[in-house]
Amino acid sequence: MNGFDVETVRQDFPILSRTVRDGRPLVYLDSGATSQKPRAVLDAERDFYEQHNAAAHRGAHQLAEEATEAFEGARATVAGFIGAQPGEVVFTKSATEALNLVAYAFSNVAVVAADADAPDALGIPGADPAVTARFRIGPGDEILTTVMEHHANLVPWQELARRTGATLRWIEVTGDGELDLTGIDELLTERTKVVAFAHVSNVLGTINPVRELVAKARAVGALTVLDACQSVPHLPVDFGSLGVDFMAFSGHKMLGPYGVGVLAGRRELLDAMPPFLYGGSMIELVRMEGSTYAAPPQRFEAGVPNESQAVGLAAACDYLSALGMHAVAAHDRSITQAVLDGLAERPWVRVLGPRSVEKRTGAVAFVIDGVHPHDVGQVLDDSGVAVRTGHHCAWPLHRASRITATTRASFGPYTTLGEVDAFLTALDRVPAIFGVAV
Amino acid sequence: MDLYQELILDHAKHPEHAGLREPFDAQTHHVNTTCGDEVTLRVRVAGDTVQDVSYDSLGCSISVASASVLAEQVIGHSVADSLQTYDAMHTMLTSKGQDPGDEEIIGDGVAFSGVSKYPARVKCALLPWAAYTDALAQAGVDISSVTSTSGV
Repeated sequence: MNGFDVETVRQDFPILSRTVRDGRPLVYLDSGATSQKPRAVLDAERDFYEQHNAAAHRGAHQLAEEATEAFEGARATVAGFIGAQPGEVVFTKSATEALNLVAYAFSNVAVVAADADAPDALGIPGADPAVTARFRIGPGDEILTTVMEHHANLVPWQELARRTGATLRWIEVTGDGELDLTGIDELLTERTKVVAFAHVSNVLGTINPVRELVAKARAVGALTVLDACQSVPHLPVDFGSLGVDFMAFSGHKMLGPYGVGVLAGRRELLDAMPPFLYGGSMIELVRMEGSTYAAPPQRFEAGVPNESQAVGLAAACDYLSALGMHAVAAHDRSITQAVLDGLAERPWVRVLGPRSVEKRTGAVAFVIDGVHPHDVGQVLDDSGVAVRTGHHCAWPLHRASRITATTRASFGPYTTLGEVDAFLTALDRVPAIFGVAV
Repeated sequence: MDLYQELILDHAKHPEHAGLREPFDAQTHHVNTTCGDEVTLRVRVAGDTVQDVSYDSLGCSISVASASVLAEQVIGHSVADSLQTYDAMHTMLTSKGQDPGDEEIIGDGVAFSGVSKYPARVKCALLPWAAYTDALAQAGVDISSVTSTSGV
């Protein structure tokens, strides 16, 4: 049973009532790329601009105070939503930037001198040198990631390895689309400095065993970086109890606006981390000879912050909290199950990822042998059904699965079982058009 | 759907001149970064004539059919004619549905006129053509007469 009425939820999303392709009702199954936004989010952004707009953290006037309060209030709301402390939440422009922020912290530590002096050399003199040293990486050290990563949690680490001489290693994926942990003790060793992996695969929907990987990483002293872009919108996620060191996610995939992402980081680590982007707002003292940097989270928020977007994201968190994340997760399971059941009845469709709905969330990717996903997507679009086709920014995963591309249906709290039927009906047009035997 | 003309589906199912052959003067490899479609294309030029175009196309029906029509339209023709065909294809494909295409110049290429109404698919149809003009240039052919800019 769902804890909320989907039809009532849909009333909050103006775009869902529009039509596409000559008057067909929109069936939006591309929430994994970006979710739609409820009116409450749009209203929150508009209200900020109409009533409180000013540059936060500066200016001696009432609006500046209100804007600062709104921005910091948004931080507290987001922190509460993911089970973190407000001081552990850094606003970025995207999850991609959040992941780069951590990769560049390693990079910046790599270029300064001896460990004991590293905090001074990095402009964070108060930091604990022993903690800053955890970000030191170089030849002989290893970065561990997985084949199922979105490019955003792969390419920054490839480049970090290239810049520092460290070695990138990766965990393969099983035929069922789960991480192959059989050789994990050879991959995750004392040489490993950082383990970067997705909570939920953006293609396969696989929910990865975070606690198991965190325990193994901790045992060897490696830091953990979790890409939570596809978990935070669909599952109750508690940063504290997951035990990861860093967690990145984006606002626009969780009913929030574009232009805002979050890096959650354990405070002890943020305190000892050098900045990534430099400029206004993030400084402590600036002299011509050199500067020192503010305490987190401001240290990582250079420039006038994305206030309206943060406020919009907080409204999205409030909206999801009101639905209840357990109810959102249950709704997602029922939709996923209906899609898996429907596709299982069509032997010409091959589904990727775990068979069990308990092991996945948010998305179902599939292939039809003999028909390119672009063509599948085009036929669905002709029926008003919006899906994603291609490699979904996870090219290595597709290569490992020996397929060029997939078609992916992905869901939100506004997805209905009726839309699943519409999707399956539209899909049934594909074999006839492309001459596939059914 | 006016996109999937019978002619396109036929070419996609049974692509003409498919496969990579020798001899060739230049080989190119073009990728559609948004979907991962790939085409490897070889060109053999003898004097002013396109003697052979061979290719390996890994992609959607539009890009595979486009490579097939390309090979059909240019093999045995003069380089200048083939570039005129490219220009005509490019103009039609980027016309947003305004240019139905001239069968005299582009032959089966007219089947792609519907593609121009789908901006996301124009790149699929142009992928082999971009690989072709690039291969000609690499083979030392002067392609400066081409009026279309490559890509979309």
